[in-house]
Amino acid sequence: MTKKILAYIDHFHGKVQSSSWEGLGLAAAIAADSGGEVAALVLGDEVGGVAETAFHYGADQVFLAEDPILKDFRPEPLADLVKQAAESYQPDLILFPTTTRGRTLAGMAAVDLNTGVMVDIIDLDWSGDKIVATRPIYAGKLLAKLVCSTTPQIITFRTRAFDKPEPDTGRSGSVTPLEVGLDPGAVATTIASIQEKAEGVSLSDASVIVSGGRGVALNPALEAPADLDEEAADIWKAGQGFALIKKLADVLGAAIGASRAAVDAGYIEYDHQVGQTGKVVTPDLYIACGVSGAIQHLAGMRSSKVIVAINKDPDAPIFNFARFGVVGDMHAILPPLTEALKTHLAG
Amino acid sequence: MVQRMVRDFAVKEVLPGIQERDRAGGMAPFIIPRMAELGILGITIPVRYGGQGMDYISLGLVSEELEAVDTSLRVVISVHNGLSCLTLLQWGTEKQKEEYLVPLAKGEKIGCGAFTEPGAGSDFANIQATARKEGDSYILNGEKMWISLATAADYAVATFRTDPQAEPPYRGLSTFIVDLDSPGITRGDIHGKLGVRAGSTGWINFQDVRIPVGNLLGEEGEGFKTTMSAFDNGRYTVAAGATGLIRASLEASSKYVKERTVGGKPLSEMQLIQEKLALMALDYQAARLLYLQAGWLKNQGIRNTRETSAAKLFATEASFRAASEAVQVHGAYGYSDEYPVERYFRNARGAMIYEGSSEIQSLIQADYALKKRRDKKLRRELPAYDPETWV
Amino acid sequence: MKIIVCVKQVPDTAATMSVDNGVISWGDAPLIINPWDEYAVEAALNLVADQGGDVTALCLGKEGETEAIKHALAMGADTAVMISDPALKGVDNVAASRVLAAAIEKIGGADLVLFGQQSVDTDTGLLPVQVARILGWPSLTLVSKFENVAGDEGKIQVLRTMEEGGQIVDSPLPAVVSVTKDYAEPRYPSFMGIRKASKAEYPVWNLEDLGIAAPTASVSWPEIMEPEQKEIVTEIIPGDTPEEKAHNLVDKLIAEKVL
Repeated sequence: MTKKILAYIDHFHGKVQSSSWEGLGLAAAIAADSGGEVAALVLGDEVGGVAETAFHYGADQVFLAEDPILKDFRPEPLADLVKQAAESYQPDLILFPTTTRGRTLAGMAAVDLNTGVMVDIIDLDWSGDKIVATRPIYAGKLLAKLVCSTTPQIITFRTRAFDKPEPDTGRSGSVTPLEVGLDPGAVATTIASIQEKAEGVSLSDASVIVSGGRGVALNPALEAPADLDEEAADIWKAGQGFALIKKLADVLGAAIGASRAAVDAGYIEYDHQVGQTGKVVTPDLYIACGVSGAIQHLAGMRSSKVIVAINKDPDAPIFNFARFGVVGDMHAILPPLTEALKTHLAG
Repeated sequence: MVQRMVRDFAVKEVLPGIQERDRAGGMAPFIIPRMAELGILGITIPVRYGGQGMDYISLGLVSEELEAVDTSLRVVISVHNGLSCLTLLQWGTEKQKEEYLVPLAKGEKIGCGAFTEPGAGSDFANIQATARKEGDSYILNGEKMWISLATAADYAVATFRTDPQAEPPYRGLSTFIVDLDSPGITRGDIHGKLGVRAGSTGWINFQDVRIPVGNLLGEEGEGFKTTMSAFDNGRYTVAAGATGLIRASLEASSKYVKERTVGGKPLSEMQLIQEKLALMALDYQAARLLYLQAGWLKNQGIRNTRETSAAKLFATEASFRAASEAVQVHGAYGYSDEYPVERYFRNARGAMIYEGSSEIQSLIQADYALKKRRDKKLRRELPAYDPETWV
Repeated sequence: MKIIVCVKQVPDTAATMSVDNGVISWGDAPLIINPWDEYAVEAALNLVADQGGDVTALCLGKEGETEAIKHALAMGADTAVMISDPALKGVDNVAASRVLAAAIEKIGGADLVLFGQQSVDTDTGLLPVQVARILGWPSLTLVSKFENVAGDEGKIQVLRTMEEGGQIVDSPLPAVVSVTKDYAEPRYPSFMGIRKASKAEYPVWNLEDLGIAAPTASVSWPEIMEPEQKEIVTEIIPGDTPEEKAHNLVDKLIAEKVL
């Protein structure tokens, strides 16, 4: 029986990776079934606020370690604290999100606590007397079920595999401080500097792509400036259409793609072309706006996990390959779509 | 590992943008230096002559991988490694090998083969360009045409008529190593070819070009034999390359027929389509075995004119069939340069003409089959592959 | 600098994977070096070119699985060590890390141990972290650049990539590093290298040679399945106005878990 669950809360300088809350949700679900309890593990510098939010998302108890030495991520002192918390709390299960920090600390914990670690889990079955975890292997071409014969069970779970719970701001719990007690020089490595993330997402690496086709220029509600000739007006209108696409892409952290038709018509540079000539992409989400879906474009994006097509022509071939289709003018659909997504992702 | 290395190079560095270059015409300037850097230009030459010391089968594998991306890449191998380097390896004196083969094998210099003329291709015995001995030089005059890498090469292995009175005429030919920067040489590119547009084919004109006597390759009057053995070397890479083209056609077609649907079902479920792919696959297997056989014989130092000719004839004809069917399978898209198969089709067509046309190969095969031909030992044979001395 | 690069052999990434009676098969796809490991080998070769020293390729695998080691040698690694023992069948990542750590100690004298970021088969990215923990050396994962390397002074500075951006870290040596694909493109094996690699001889150690007992695996895989082949069922999003359609789409995307 899994009674006590410890969930690591991953954050950068107090900004929490939202998948950590998914972990708390999962922990709470397991605890509810077994009559158990959930503790969160918060390590860092001045992260009292994170501890409070952990209560909102379902923690009954928070193990909290605060010290300037923990401000920037160095695995060794944090792993020591994970070990300390585990030895004190004696959890049956320790959950980490599969983030850069989560993965590292989970691995080290498994070594320290002489147990195993099950990584990148997408499904969990705790109904039997042993927890059975499911994970993809070989880049998702196969799935494996895993069990661990030792305790504590350590699991890193994949982002978005488990639901994020609704926060209850009225909830609270107890904070158990962890003693850090390290001299500033005790950790072998030093962080020289932190760098801001570079702008822009590359098409090949993107997990979300928003693409524009010939439809980007076809906005009946838009009038091009009078002084432009027909070709320039066309390109101007396309620019407006791609601007809508960019707004959506920015909200989603997505890369921008295009069909050959859009590139050939001069609406956008060749670097963005997805297709037989152009790039082959494999994002989790591909949103095609005003793209008809000719076979040479499909060749470039067919392997996307979820394809959304927005096109005003209900007979466009792309609807045969899309998971979700919206029949409508992309210029009318994108603004409310962008707003709705912005609200959802901020929450 | 050799195959994968060359495949990775060709696919990662040459494939992107090949369609644009084919449309524009002309070889991208980075390709030959990069192949030199990777050692591809000297792969089948012993290390002591500046090469990589690999065997002849490796040369075949490399040709197959290069042509699977574009024929223009394999053409470099055919004329540089095949017609130039291997001919020098076979017929050159130590001095000639030191002076010319070493820089070629290292990729510091580029070589080509200049044999064909505007008026004589298959009819090689009747070439007209002359080489007249004068003191310690030969004076070259005439024109060579349809020479791959004519404008990019530094050296050419070239055959001229030294004895206009010889009977029969083929006895009057001699082969030379020519420095293409010599005064009196002009060269240019030929445009408007049906295929291999991302490559370089040209003409070379000789006006009283003076070359040292020491550049005679082999003996005077041996030129026909030297040239024919040059073709044995070049032709082998053409056979291997065409095999790669069959594979490329097969892979492109397989991919397309799985994606394209007809009445809700993928094309790949249609039997007439399946038959086309089956024949491509079969031809690929056969072509591969034929060139590997030729390569193996070369490794053993066994004369392989018959086997190389058979491999070339079969593979080039099969690659044209395969490419043609690949275009057909792609339907209207096959007719557009959006997909690579039309390039394969145009490229494949040339191979049935050059390095000994299909007709010439047929006559050669008939001569062997009717036992009219018995190969006499050449004065110099292509050296067998010897891992002890080549490395 | 003495650098050990840990390499693994995996099926070609283009292979069609299938499973039959719990046995995974990749058809006739070739076995290759884990593509991520090539970046680690490339880094090792560059560091040694700059600082002097040598590179050893270390591989834990089944007997006869030589592709990964051969590739590393063909790229230019100086020596190699293979660890193979039937008792190691079914090791989990912690157990594998213990074995690798023992081998690294037996080889001795390493300034740096490099790994590829993860492997394309089991994708855990945990071995570099665990080996570091076992050896008690600093763990520096997700490194894309090496700066200010002073091998003889026992110091290194690296650029690590985290979700929020980059982190420049100073570390003493020895340390364990995993290298990302943002590091320079790995070189092709040269023909000379390929030839040398095919003739190369290197020791194959078993658990007895390492002087350790078989570490027990805690995690096992009782079942391996092929994922369900889902037919594409196109759902047209309902709605009377563009706003309605947009909201309905967002709901669907949330339910589909792609956001």
